[in-house]
Amino acid sequence: MSEPSTSRLRFALRTPVGIAASVGLAAIVVLAIVGPVLWSDDAARLDILAAAQGASRAHPLGTDALGRDIFYRVLVATRLSVTLALISACFGAAIGIPLGAIPALVGGRVGKLVTGFINLSVAFPTLLVAIFVAAVAGVGARGAVAGIGIAIAPYFARLSQTLSSSVAGSDYLAAARMLGVRRARLLRRHILPNVAEPLLITVTIAVGDSLLALAGLSFLGLGVQAPQYDWGRMLSEGLSQIYVTPVVALGPAVAITLGALSFVLFGEVLAKAAAGGGGVRWTRSDLSFVSLPPAGDGADARPVPGVLSVEGLTVSFPGGAVPVRGVTLEVAPGEIVGIVGESGSGKTLTAMAIADLLPAGGRMTANRFSLFGEDPRTLSDGQRRRLLGRSLAVVYQDPMSALNPALRVGRQLGEVAEVHDGLSKAQARQRATERLRSVRIGNAEARVRQYPHELSGGMRQRAVIAMGLMGEPKLIIADEPTTALDVTVEQQILRLLRDVTASGGASAILISHDVAVVSQLCSRVFVMYAGRIVEELDVAKLVSGPAHPYTAALVASVPTMRSDRTRPLASIPGRAPGPYDDEPGCPFAARCPRASERCRREMPPLEPHSPTHRAACWHPLDGLEDVAV
Amino acid sequence: MTTLAGSALTVRFGHGDRALTAVDRVDVDVPEGATVGLVGESGSGKSTLARALCGLVPLADGEVLIDGAPVRRQHGRAVDRHRRVQMIFQDPFSSLNPRMTVGDAIGEAVGAGKGASRRARTEAVGRYLDLVHLDVAVAGRYPSRLSGGQRQRVAIARALAARPGVLIADEITSSLDVSVQSAVLNLVRELRDELGLSLMFVSHNLATVRYVSDFLAVMYLGRIVELGPTEVVVADPRHPYTRALLAAVPSLETAAERGPADLELGDPPDPHHPPPGCHFHPRCPVGPVVVPERQICIEQDPRDGADERPHRTFCHFASASSNSAAPATPREEQVHVGCDR
Amino acid sequence: MIHLVPGDPVRAALGPTAPASLVAERKAALGLDEPLVTQYVDYVRNVLHGDFGTSMTTGESVTDVIKVRAPATFKLAGIAFLVAIFVAVPLGVLMAALTRDSRRRGLELGFTATAGGLAAIPSFLLAVGLVYLFAVTFQIFPVAGRAGVSSYVLPVAALALAPIAALARIVRVEGLRVLGQDYIRTARGKRLPARIVYVRHALPNTLTPTLTLAGLLLGGLVAGTVLVENIFAWPGLGTSLVQAVAQKDFPTVQALAVVFGTVVLLANFAVDIALGVIDPRSTILES
Repeated sequence: MSEPSTSRLRFALRTPVGIAASVGLAAIVVLAIVGPVLWSDDAARLDILAAAQGASRAHPLGTDALGRDIFYRVLVATRLSVTLALISACFGAAIGIPLGAIPALVGGRVGKLVTGFINLSVAFPTLLVAIFVAAVAGVGARGAVAGIGIAIAPYFARLSQTLSSSVAGSDYLAAARMLGVRRARLLRRHILPNVAEPLLITVTIAVGDSLLALAGLSFLGLGVQAPQYDWGRMLSEGLSQIYVTPVVALGPAVAITLGALSFVLFGEVLAKAAAGGGGVRWTRSDLSFVSLPPAGDGADARPVPGVLSVEGLTVSFPGGAVPVRGVTLEVAPGEIVGIVGESGSGKTLTAMAIADLLPAGGRMTANRFSLFGEDPRTLSDGQRRRLLGRSLAVVYQDPMSALNPALRVGRQLGEVAEVHDGLSKAQARQRATERLRSVRIGNAEARVRQYPHELSGGMRQRAVIAMGLMGEPKLIIADEPTTALDVTVEQQILRLLRDVTASGGASAILISHDVAVVSQLCSRVFVMYAGRIVEELDVAKLVSGPAHPYTAALVASVPTMRSDRTRPLASIPGRAPGPYDDEPGCPFAARCPRASERCRREMPPLEPHSPTHRAACWHPLDGLEDVAV
Repeated sequence: MTTLAGSALTVRFGHGDRALTAVDRVDVDVPEGATVGLVGESGSGKSTLARALCGLVPLADGEVLIDGAPVRRQHGRAVDRHRRVQMIFQDPFSSLNPRMTVGDAIGEAVGAGKGASRRARTEAVGRYLDLVHLDVAVAGRYPSRLSGGQRQRVAIARALAARPGVLIADEITSSLDVSVQSAVLNLVRELRDELGLSLMFVSHNLATVRYVSDFLAVMYLGRIVELGPTEVVVADPRHPYTRALLAAVPSLETAAERGPADLELGDPPDPHHPPPGCHFHPRCPVGPVVVPERQICIEQDPRDGADERPHRTFCHFASASSNSAAPATPREEQVHVGCDR
Repeated sequence: MIHLVPGDPVRAALGPTAPASLVAERKAALGLDEPLVTQYVDYVRNVLHGDFGTSMTTGESVTDVIKVRAPATFKLAGIAFLVAIFVAVPLGVLMAALTRDSRRRGLELGFTATAGGLAAIPSFLLAVGLVYLFAVTFQIFPVAGRAGVSSYVLPVAALALAPIAALARIVRVEGLRVLGQDYIRTARGKRLPARIVYVRHALPNTLTPTLTLAGLLLGGLVAGTVLVENIFAWPGLGTSLVQAVAQKDFPTVQALAVVFGTVVLLANFAVDIALGVIDPRSTILES
């Protein structure tokens, strides 16, 4: 296994579940090997006088009809039970895995046939298939193992099919093929290592399931036959005594359950280790805000008129990540401002914090936070809902995932009006249709009844914008609204945003990594780097006179239609600091050609360069020099 | 130096009514030592064309020619046993085997061609890493420990280790951060010049393609609609779609004055049922929707008779917005003055 | 099926001491001396007419046996299925809502462990345990047999408990996955009341994968009935099957294979159709 997964495995094994499963599994393996060696005599000893008795000091789990001690028999039976389960699981794997790999290797009609067959056979319950095979093959251990193996083969086949098709379609396999790597090596070095892990995990879980199935078959009398005995057979013998000496059934019952559980849990632990952590979950932020003490200079923290004013905005997550550090920005009525930054600069989280849409665990603090003249943190839940629901609209990056695939477009638009303006369903639908028309979606009446997947990418984004317009938004936050769209569609969406803000008198915050896009729409731009605002300037000055070296480098490194084709592009060496990095000084110092000792020690404040231009830099550019590459 | 060409290449997915012709009878040419930029939006078929040239998708028709000779086909795919064509993929996270170290991956590329001693291979790996400006220590790491930019460099090193004559770069910068993109682009240019490679550069980003390429091919819905030297196509686009595309590129220099471009193109068509004749006609600002007499756009595929038109534009009404002042062009491209109207 | 069996099945059924002539006579009566293809065609034709042949051991018409015993099995399985669905799905959804965003870690652990443990206990063990507890010790419910409502309780519980645990766990996981999707963030962004976000936005997207699982569940229940019936001496198809296999009564086994197989196929078909109706992206209806 590659290094990261061994450490994940170790981590997963340390959880309570992991420990329990490992201990259980180890115990079973030991018993299986050692049991018959140590105790088969004890287990076989007849004691007719003590036959068919319940728990006693000599026989803690009772005796069977011939007076043999149940406890020892359970221990000795471990080997047979586990061995049979292992054989069944491996048998099933041996049939199923190659079968599932066929569609990926062969393709075409044969492949489709095999796929259909697999899908069909997965539907049949394991036990039934096993019983029918046992009917043909004859009762007994052999028939049982064959039956169960055949019954679980489809599950392996299904998994194998999924895995092999994903590997077969991967780029690294394509690259290896193009390099002329021979098929044997392809299999050994590329395909197998990437499918082995999930398959092994499945085999482990399958052993547990086989154990249960075998026990079931033996229980029915169709599995292991006398004089052999496994747990299932013992259970069936014990069952006949259940009304007289119930404890006789207890031993095998516990053994079966614990045995199967150990295998299955261990397999699940392995699976979790392989899968790694989950993704980010979005939710309303935890609103038990602890507001920071006001800034030292006694800055006025009262809400101000205007659309948005936030000072010292910080977003933090448990574990010490602080992706947004002390952001200050204002948006006046009717203006469109841009926030520019690369991935990891904190621009999206800044917007989400303002919109009260931080992911789970995110906490937001700010010296001052004024939205439409109120501080949302001081409002009640209901008041906040009304304020934000009516006056704030958010446009997201990926319109396909932002819309609910199970609901019609009209419904998703209409419910905003139903909830916030109290419209009836029909009225809401009417308004939704109007809004769709206003964002230039043709045939709006039909579109209203459609589902999101029936619309093209550009149309979906227009629908999302229309959704934001259902109220009367005073602020539109657009987070990378065109990144997922084609460039011709992008222009249409940007124009739409401009028209919408102009006609409605709304303001907008446009977030993007694309400086050109931002400059097409915005009058003012904030440049973010490593969670902080490093520059605030008019769009016109972006090309002619940025003050911060990062801004200049960013602008210089992007090829434009006028870039000099004979010279290399400017590039920025190194990497941006992450949300956990807490070095003192300017975050760009490590990569900045103008950095001095002071830059590394002291964080420069955001200082006015001119009335409309602020930069956080000790050695700002003065617009006349080139930034050294 | 190697040349790569495609003749009447056609790639089709699915059959019957649900068939999708991703690449429709495309002729494309990568001359020796030149860089051809392939640009188009989503659904244009540019990535499929690139993959077809590499033999990664089966061809429904047409052939791939390397150094003028047609390449053998196996299961419909063009198979080049001499590894003269190599590809760098878009997603640096899935183009490297997560279970192989960087050194193993590049070493495999070195060794797969012929048997080589382990020491020789390790040395070669070191050299290729150096070529892409990566520290030799990276060879022992697994891809998951590298950044996107670093992984892309490894992918480039791996492709180069096979000593190809032609490199095909499929959207190699699209998944990278802005400040890393320029470094990778610089690297590609540098390597191309140093090693004398022919390069096909596929991207949806027109500015990037323009920066890297000598020739520009514009694709729309499976067809090349305009093809010519980059400077000429950019300065004097003849096809209405090319013009729309150029107008749509947000330009930092003029953005503040112009604002978003005024482009009302209408909805993109269903790729399963492309419009007859010229695929672009329902959205064309000078086509039959706007000028009803131009029915020829609906009836006739503009690729017939293209050779007589200015820098091989596939449009019935490619207009000359300027006169002949086109610069002298190398070899294949004939630039004819005059227009069809 | 009879031809897959090694050796001479008829002789095996009649016993080693049966005279050769009797064996030959039985073979002729069963049509086993005709070519394989004819036998298959005849069988299929008979099945379509509702005739499954005669039992090799009891001599009865298999169809009659099936007719008599099937209702018992279907009732048991059907009730267990409904109980499982109506308990597991709301439970899973509730758990998803309560434990989202890693809230109530204790509850999550407790639920996962309990459900995991219950799901791992094979139904026959559970049945045995239930019988012991409620029928023998506390004498609340009858021990075996089918007579009246109270006799249904234990068998249904034994059948349904493990599926409930498994299904509730999966519904919770699916629910959590849905709650993490972007469109839920959009719904919260629209400041819709929590009730609407859960019921209108999250629930429909949870139902689709749940439905698929429910189909598999039905198949598993059918298998479970075989075991449970044997424990509770339930006069259904499950007990017939086990008897038939033990006695090598191949016509019966074959017939039951057909019946069970058909039920499973129909269940899956129904699930596919339901999915096609519910999921707007599904193209099953088109095809």
